[in-house]
Amino acid sequence: MNTRVVELLGLKCPAGVHPPSQKLAAGHAIERAPLPKSVALPLQQHIGAPAKAIVKRGDEVKVGQKIAEADGFVSVPIHATLSGTVKHLATVASPVTGHPVSGVIIESDGKDEWIELTPADSETLSKEDILTRVKDAGIVGMGGATFPTHVKLSPPPEKSIKSIIVNGAECEPYITADDRLMLEETDRILRGLKTVMQVLSVKRAYIAIEENKPEAIARMRQGVAEGSLPGEVEVVAVPAKYPMGAEKTLVKSILNTEVPEGGLPMDVGTLIQNVATLAAVYDAVALGKPLVERVVTVTGLVGTPKNLLVRFGTAASSLIEQCGGADPSADEVIFGGPMMGIAQSRDDTPILKGTNCVLVKRSDIREEYSCIRCGRCIESCPMGLMPLQFVNLVKKEDYESLANYHIADCVECGACAYDCPANIPIVSYIKTGKAELRKAGVR
Amino acid sequence: MDNAKRLVLSSAPHLRGGASIKRDMYIVILALLFPTAGAVYFFGLYVLPMLATAILCAILTEYVAKWMRRQSFHMDGSAIITGILFVLVMPPRTPLWIVVVGSIFCIAIAKEAFGGLGHNIFNPALAGRAFITVSFAGALTRWIAPVHSLLADGITAATPLGEGFTTTLSDVELYKALFFGNVAGSAGETSALLILIGGVILLAFGLIKWQVPVFYIGTVALLSFLLGQDPLFQILAGGLMLGAVFMATDYVTSPLTTRGKIIFAVGAGVLVVLIRTWGSMPEGVCYSILLMNAFTPLIDRYVRPKPYGYVKSRNKEAAS
Ligand code: SF4
Ligand code: SF4
Repeated sequence: MNTRVVELLGLKCPAGVHPPSQKLAAGHAIERAPLPKSVALPLQQHIGAPAKAIVKRGDEVKVGQKIAEADGFVSVPIHATLSGTVKHLATVASPVTGHPVSGVIIESDGKDEWIELTPADSETLSKEDILTRVKDAGIVGMGGATFPTHVKLSPPPEKSIKSIIVNGAECEPYITADDRLMLEETDRILRGLKTVMQVLSVKRAYIAIEENKPEAIARMRQGVAEGSLPGEVEVVAVPAKYPMGAEKTLVKSILNTEVPEGGLPMDVGTLIQNVATLAAVYDAVALGKPLVERVVTVTGLVGTPKNLLVRFGTAASSLIEQCGGADPSADEVIFGGPMMGIAQSRDDTPILKGTNCVLVKRSDIREEYSCIRCGRCIESCPMGLMPLQFVNLVKKEDYESLANYHIADCVECGACAYDCPANIPIVSYIKTGKAELRKAGVR
Repeated sequence: MDNAKRLVLSSAPHLRGGASIKRDMYIVILALLFPTAGAVYFFGLYVLPMLATAILCAILTEYVAKWMRRQSFHMDGSAIITGILFVLVMPPRTPLWIVVVGSIFCIAIAKEAFGGLGHNIFNPALAGRAFITVSFAGALTRWIAPVHSLLADGITAATPLGEGFTTTLSDVELYKALFFGNVAGSAGETSALLILIGGVILLAFGLIKWQVPVFYIGTVALLSFLLGQDPLFQILAGGLMLGAVFMATDYVTSPLTTRGKIIFAVGAGVLVVLIRTWGSMPEGVCYSILLMNAFTPLIDRYVRPKPYGYVKSRNKEAAS
């Protein structure tokens, strides 16, 4: 149908929701969190094969020393984030799955001694050298996806990449880590972007920032104007709408095209990199510095919400402490934002590479009613799906039909459940459905 | 929060918006207050006991039905809406015992027997009216003219669409009477103005899509014009306005997508004209909506949103 007609008839789905932004920590400059006495480092902090430990109990380690080696191409090493002694290899609860995973516990000697770093001039390095440095530094997508960055930066040769989209949307409520990074570390982000553009020989980049962060937009624009980036780089203010920062939503909003179903952004010639990841790429390539810390927004029902620079493996409880402690009424600790974050069973779970936020909140569990077919979930879904049908089919245990409704395309953003008047935990149903389909696939 | 306290493990999203079934339902009730007030104003205080009876019976029936099925009863407001709507589509002097039977039917058969709110295929209030029409044929034949005092008994009169309707009014005066509601008809259907105010409230809160009333009414207007009838009269007379704003827009019994809703509305519009022009009944709004209710599952099966990324791949297939 003609697009004009479609718009006139109001057939264009608005897609997306507008949760209150709650950026409580936006005005707080990044602070370095005090070094913890010990850290717990799970060997799997990324998508792909877990790293293999190469230290044993009693080993002395320095900050940045590799303690676990990447196991294969889609895997990254893990580095010590404190100087001190390897206390033991232990199982730690993964903040992502809640299941126990093996990890390394390091006890601090309080000295914070670093390994010797080997800086390099990124402009003279070959592509291969750059990718090796990225991999050796253990860099993964820091927006939460934790996919190894060197893999993402090595697209198959038949996919020609024409542009990079820098993801500074930060569409989840509460989180301000990327916002602060863009304000305070503009230069590192842009240098990282330069390196990535160099690796992919790309001449075009878009920096997408939600319009509710005018200072970050201004600062990044200024940085782009001053900097010496290769090719054309444009800072784009995108509408503040959840889930703007989801890769496919960004592609649609920036490039006005859609990633074909089941595909990746590289199928339409683009790659998306989170701002924090780019800063880490700069550190790794130019300074030779491995990824041992990140900015984490600690927010919600805490004394003073803050943006803290945190060594991986630090227990969330110590960060909450540092922000003035949790309100007595709080009974939930979420890693990540309120829309897609993961509730933790303990408050001492360690911060990992993908943890951009620790949200302390009061639980809001509502009674679930029958679907009243209001259609709100359909209108909210950025992927153009019919979320209520997933609920119906999973309730009926008719898992085969789920595929007819394209359940695989669901990105689990939670926009559908956000606005459901019947309080149906739609995403839980979807996860059940996907799990059942996988099981059926194995059989 | 101390460490000993167990943390709650809820699933994402951990943040919920303000939408709730109760909120939706109470907004609908608010919107319904306008045509309801009109019913009392035009047809007298007798409408009040009708309303009280219908609402009470609806709630009680739902309570009993839930209790029999060992489900919890929620005062979500939907039974109140059914009760009010049922009265609004009945003649303003319907005997109370018929109101009792009708509202029990609305809830027990049209709603709860299908599984309760969200599962019913037919709009409960209209199903109730249809049931009364076929079971107690006499009940829907006596109509009264608007009364001049709230306690007046009412003089039998023909509805604008009914047989034997004559008027001494000029065209403009007749349109005016129809617009403000000063004509005979079902208790709540006569005043286009009050219904439209209700519709504006529903639109403002985002509870209905403008496409439904516009396409429904538009189809009736267009077809009656093509058939040489007076489109304005066809729109304003009878239950079209009430049906278009409050019944064809019912979440539960109409299609999910906007495209589907448009198909529904156009289909209902065609049916209204067919029934009014060639059917044995003077009015077709009730049956037009009930019939389209029956088609809703089919529409939902075939009219789905376009998933992200699908047009592209289809184009590619077409190209290759
Ligand atoms: S969670 Fe899945 S179904 Fe729900 S809105 Fe997001 S993409 Fe759509
Ligand atoms: S938002 Fe909730 S109640 Fe509305 S159609 Fe979707 S699942 Fe049903």
